[in-house]
Amino acid sequence: MTWIWSNMDLIWDRTLDHLVLSVPSIILSFVIALPFGWLAHRYRASRAVILTTVGLLYAIPSLPLFIVLPFIVGTSIRSPLNLIIALTLYGVALMVRVVADGLGSVDRDVQQSATGVGFSGWTVFWQVELPLAGPVLLAGLRVVAVSTVSLATVGAVIGAQSLGSLFTDGIQRGIQEEIIAGIVATVLLALVLDAALVLFGRLLMPWTRRSAIGVAARNSAVVAGVTT
Amino acid sequence: MSFFIETLAWLLDPANWIGAGGIPTRLAQHLLFTLVTLIVAAVIAVPIGFVIGHTGRGRGLAVAISGAFRAIPTLGLLTLVALWVGIGLSAPFVALIVLAIPPILAGAYTGFEAIDRKIIDAARAVGMSEAQILLKVELPLGLPLLIGGLRSATLQVVATATLAAYIANFGLGRYLFEGLRIRDYGEMLGGSVLVILLAIVLEGVFALIQKLVVPRGVTEGLPTDIRDGSSRSRPVMETTIEKGNSNVHST
Amino acid sequence: MFTAHRGRLTLIGAVAVGAVVALAGCASGDPLAEPSSSATDSTIVVGSQAYYSNEIIAEIYSQALEAGGFTVDRQFQIGQREVYLPDIEDGKIDVFPEYTGSLLQALDKAAVGGTSDATYTELQAALPDNLRVLDKAEASDQNSWTVTDAVASKYSLTDIASLTNVTEPITVGGNSELETRPYGPTALKEKYGIKIAGFVPVEDSGGPLTVKALVDGDIQLANIYTADPNIKTNSLVALTDPDGLFFPDNIVPVVSQKVDDSAAAILNKVSAALTADMLVDLNSQSFNDKLSADKIATAWLTQEKLV
Repeated sequence: MTWIWSNMDLIWDRTLDHLVLSVPSIILSFVIALPFGWLAHRYRASRAVILTTVGLLYAIPSLPLFIVLPFIVGTSIRSPLNLIIALTLYGVALMVRVVADGLGSVDRDVQQSATGVGFSGWTVFWQVELPLAGPVLLAGLRVVAVSTVSLATVGAVIGAQSLGSLFTDGIQRGIQEEIIAGIVATVLLALVLDAALVLFGRLLMPWTRRSAIGVAARNSAVVAGVTT
Repeated sequence: MSFFIETLAWLLDPANWIGAGGIPTRLAQHLLFTLVTLIVAAVIAVPIGFVIGHTGRGRGLAVAISGAFRAIPTLGLLTLVALWVGIGLSAPFVALIVLAIPPILAGAYTGFEAIDRKIIDAARAVGMSEAQILLKVELPLGLPLLIGGLRSATLQVVATATLAAYIANFGLGRYLFEGLRIRDYGEMLGGSVLVILLAIVLEGVFALIQKLVVPRGVTEGLPTDIRDGSSRSRPVMETTIEKGNSNVHST
Repeated sequence: MFTAHRGRLTLIGAVAVGAVVALAGCASGDPLAEPSSSATDSTIVVGSQAYYSNEIIAEIYSQALEAGGFTVDRQFQIGQREVYLPDIEDGKIDVFPEYTGSLLQALDKAAVGGTSDATYTELQAALPDNLRVLDKAEASDQNSWTVTDAVASKYSLTDIASLTNVTEPITVGGNSELETRPYGPTALKEKYGIKIAGFVPVEDSGGPLTVKALVDGDIQLANIYTADPNIKTNSLVALTDPDGLFFPDNIVPVVSQKVDDSAAAILNKVSAALTADMLVDLNSQSFNDKLSADKIATAWLTQEKLV
């Protein structure tokens, strides 16, 4: 414990580094997944192809991806951009299916009513489908957030400072407190981001609070949906 | 472009296909390790998931623990465990089981939760015991989501099992680490390509299993049956589950 | 109703983006900037490997330069050689503590090595034109074949060649590249006729996992760096290398053209003071006493009257 108390500033710095790597990746994953998920939802023929291809991104081992990416994208090997791009890819791999399922969860009757009262195609998407799919998207985004935070630690291996640096350094110096601090801080950060997303969801979608049970049930379906 | 050629050259070099360090041996090791990890993780997660799904209790706890498990960095856990138990396969084994549990667990209990309560009530009304309900109703109806969970766990484990080579002479990860260290990117990428190919094959196997195992009635009847009966009596939200289900079948 | 939500959405979105930008700002400047672009022209960028001992030396260089009036930008813990070497070659890092033999082998696969001085001279020739090495220190942190005290006394092992005395199967452990290196298990077989039973990769560069495997008896022979305090703590024996199987790995700063004569003089003074025993002691302060690199560096520089 003494190591942790005397190195609080180091842990804090690494936590900030970790946030800088993971938060943009989480946001980008969501933004990029939207059009692909929409395509998969809208055109059934494309669905299997898009979802399987995107899903397989998750099978790319992270270490080689981190090493090769700078050569492919043309960034400097130590640029934090590499890590952000890689983490975004993994996030997209999880999120596209959620978007497709989320949009698919919107009742057709509701869509048709919206069209019936004069909403155009775009407005139906932005003002009806997307808000109604919101809880599902949020549930998926929470999984993406937690996984991204966990995965960002691998960046330590390629010289991108993060909470992962605490356990690479701790291992070398045989300081178990440092390794444990790195793991615990990663988990805590993931939980904080997760809680922030839940709060964010409540602000954006106040109507979901009224049917908490329904949301809980559907969130769980999405978690599995992510996984299917 | 040179990466592509180096990778291809490495993959096509006959010398890489023979002996104890050859591709077939390492591929077999990797596959075996993945399967054993999945089986053990399933033995732990599926019963727990069924109990949660059947009773509806302990769900909050399961979600919290799954979330925390997902957040645990695999490399960190692996090295910490290795400091206690030493080198070899035990530490990667533990780390990968932790990685595989959340998706399998989620697949198991959401599979049950996604079933319309009326079906369960009907089963109870015709005199089925709890055990019969679990085995004959919930299990087959929950199967698609459970297999989906297993499928997702498989993808993650296949890719992450490369970490076993961090402390053992084992699996496709050897090519990754060795290639990285000696800056032989053909070897490193060749190893990665093999991992991805293995993942694709396993994906195919799961797609096939899903087709074979899921009862016909489930694939075809469920979504519409439920919607007709329940859309009025329940919040709009819940239709997700049935739709979610139908999506599973169609992929 | 939906319009109201949309307004709300825009507002919250704007707040979120603002928060992310602010966050990025307070952590490390512009997160998307290329490394070192933040440094102004007069600033010297000092880098270090993701290796605690290397970080201590980089910190010593940094503090010594700062005491000499230079402004230093520390970019520490930036991975292994495959990650940072391109940045040194591009002149993005001005000072980097390196090891003569290992750096030479990374730059020139056909290098021949030899004595400490020969390796240093060969390294000078192998470096690209925009880089140079300053004076090397006596301290070195080099590869060694290491066994436990028990095995060493059982078979009376002293140098590498004496490993032929061992009658039990020898399993070798170390980073995966060791298997194919010119001093690896194959060389032990071919050069000395030592029987090797197998190779186990342990990817922590001779760190605690390798040491544990050696002490537990999972492996019998390990590649551990000579300045590792574990050798002392765990009563390990680093076998001597009279034939020069390993390249000598003296500590040497690799510097860019931005390092002028006065800066070079400061670094040379540091190298002149750094002996092999001191390096082990510095490492031990980090490993056993868990002190941070800046504290260790300040104490050493004060003790050596270099600041």
